[in-house]
Amino acid sequence: MAISREDVLHVSKLARLELSEAEIEKFTGQLGDILDYISKLNELDTKDVPPTAHVLEITNVFREDKVDAPRIGSIEEIAPEFHKGHFRVPKVIE
Amino acid sequence: MNEIISLSVHELIEKLRAREVSSEEATRAYLGRIEETEERVHAYLSVLEEEALAAAQEADKRLAGGDNDASPLLGVPVAVKDLLCMKGTPTTCASKFLENFISPYDATAVRLLKEAGAVILGKANMDEFAMGSSTEHSAYGPSRNPWNLETIPGGSSGGSAATVAARSCAASLGSDTGGSIRQPAACCGVVGMKPTYGRVSRYGLIAFASSLDQIGPFARNVRDCAIMLNAVSGHDPLDSTSTDESVPDFTGDLGAGAKGLRIGIPKEYFIDGMDPDVESAVQNAIKTMEENGAEIHEISLPHSQYALPVYYIIASAEASSNLARYDGVRYGLRANGNSEEYGPLYGMYAASREEGFGEEVKRRIMLGTYALSSGYYDAYYTKAQRVRTLICREFEDVFQNVDVIMSATAPTPAFRFGERMDDPISMYLSDILTIPCNLAGLPGISQPCGVTSLDLPIGLQIIGKPFGETTVLRAAAAFEKATDHHLALSPL
Repeated sequence: MAISREDVLHVSKLARLELSEAEIEKFTGQLGDILDYISKLNELDTKDVPPTAHVLEITNVFREDKVDAPRIGSIEEIAPEFHKGHFRVPKVIE
Repeated sequence: MNEIISLSVHELIEKLRAREVSSEEATRAYLGRIEETEERVHAYLSVLEEEALAAAQEADKRLAGGDNDASPLLGVPVAVKDLLCMKGTPTTCASKFLENFISPYDATAVRLLKEAGAVILGKANMDEFAMGSSTEHSAYGPSRNPWNLETIPGGSSGGSAATVAARSCAASLGSDTGGSIRQPAACCGVVGMKPTYGRVSRYGLIAFASSLDQIGPFARNVRDCAIMLNAVSGHDPLDSTSTDESVPDFTGDLGAGAKGLRIGIPKEYFIDGMDPDVESAVQNAIKTMEENGAEIHEISLPHSQYALPVYYIIASAEASSNLARYDGVRYGLRANGNSEEYGPLYGMYAASREEGFGEEVKRRIMLGTYALSSGYYDAYYTKAQRVRTLICREFEDVFQNVDVIMSATAPTPAFRFGERMDDPISMYLSDILTIPCNLAGLPGISQPCGVTSLDLPIGLQIIGKPFGETTVLRAAAAFEKATDHHLALSPL
């Protein structure tokens, strides 16, 4: 399946990836090849087959609603910018 | 060769308990071996000399006091893949994005290793965010295969496999999403096991594809592998997908032999383009098992050919979602950027991700985002999940009549650096025989079953039923006992 330069630019925006010109060119060809390979799945009729999201039969696990002792160390030390209990980010609202 | 590093885990445990060797001696021997081999192998991203020696001295105190049954790995030097968080130490996931990240907590698997008394020597190299089959996608340069330094060690847990093969640790942990333990184990001539999905807690494992990722051990023989698995298995309230299935002693059936074991050989796993040396080594392994009393059944898994495309949709989709957390806000890299169209916050996200991620990670995020995007979700993601159901059912049916499935781990031995870097699909094909097991959540092991004419190791894969690790290990131990492939050492 051919994938266009516009498709690549659209998806890179959705993924918040700023691609270089060389990457845009390379990915346009490679993603098309990979999608071609993947289209093999269309050989199979799966309309009556339920999807598997997960192999285990899992159900929600609830715990008592109480605060545990903190399990992790300081998040301030690993934050790019931290200010009075908050993560600092570039201006969002004008 | 230093005598201590030639001991396997269970031999070292005996000597430690008998006080013939101290943990500090063992740890210093391995640190010396790391120094001797790292320049050539580059199996480690960080070596934790100070922490390891402190843990070893602590272990020696406890060994002197006796009664250490609760700490089965007391004093044993091991390595862990650099996607497992270890408090106070760097965890980079082989990415520039996490270059300066110091983990604020221990992964459950790391905590359990420490509680078992293991000495953690360092963090092993890997493909960035576990995406790759060769470690060539590590942002810090690849590891080299101790059997032949011109070839890849496999991936993504290539460092964890290479350090065991180089004898620069006694055993190690890796993670397996589509073959990332078994394929490097095969390339490096060591034993590597992916347990059943849910067997080992993923808390503190940096996520790649959450419905597939599973932590497991690398070791020099099957018994060591079982001992390592004993240490890290079990239910964990911090991982909602860890099961409360009871954990048996994985060493329990190691001596039960091959007699009466029903082994299925899937004809679809002898694929076109398979290396002839690999094929004949696997045929010999089947013969060996039969001679030792196993029943051999030819079986068919016709949907195997769809496993790779299913995997690349599901794993990439889950990765694109999991890796959305790398946004430059809370931890990891932040780059300055601005977007005239979308504003400064978008600009910061995009610039950080552009600078922090390598090419393969971007390629998979792009593929996954595309597969999940509006208009394509059903055609790709839901379709892949439906075919995943067919693959799971096929295994269920086959396991009505056999106890384990045997095949090659990978269709070829380790390839040379650069050989598959420009063609993502050829790289992905390295995992064609290991991926179905992940899609169905089954346990699988790779163990050495010979070498090629170029002296590169060949891996034998044994797959079991859900929570059937003891049977997989029994079969592997029976093969190991009948042969001596596991004793072959890398020339390093």
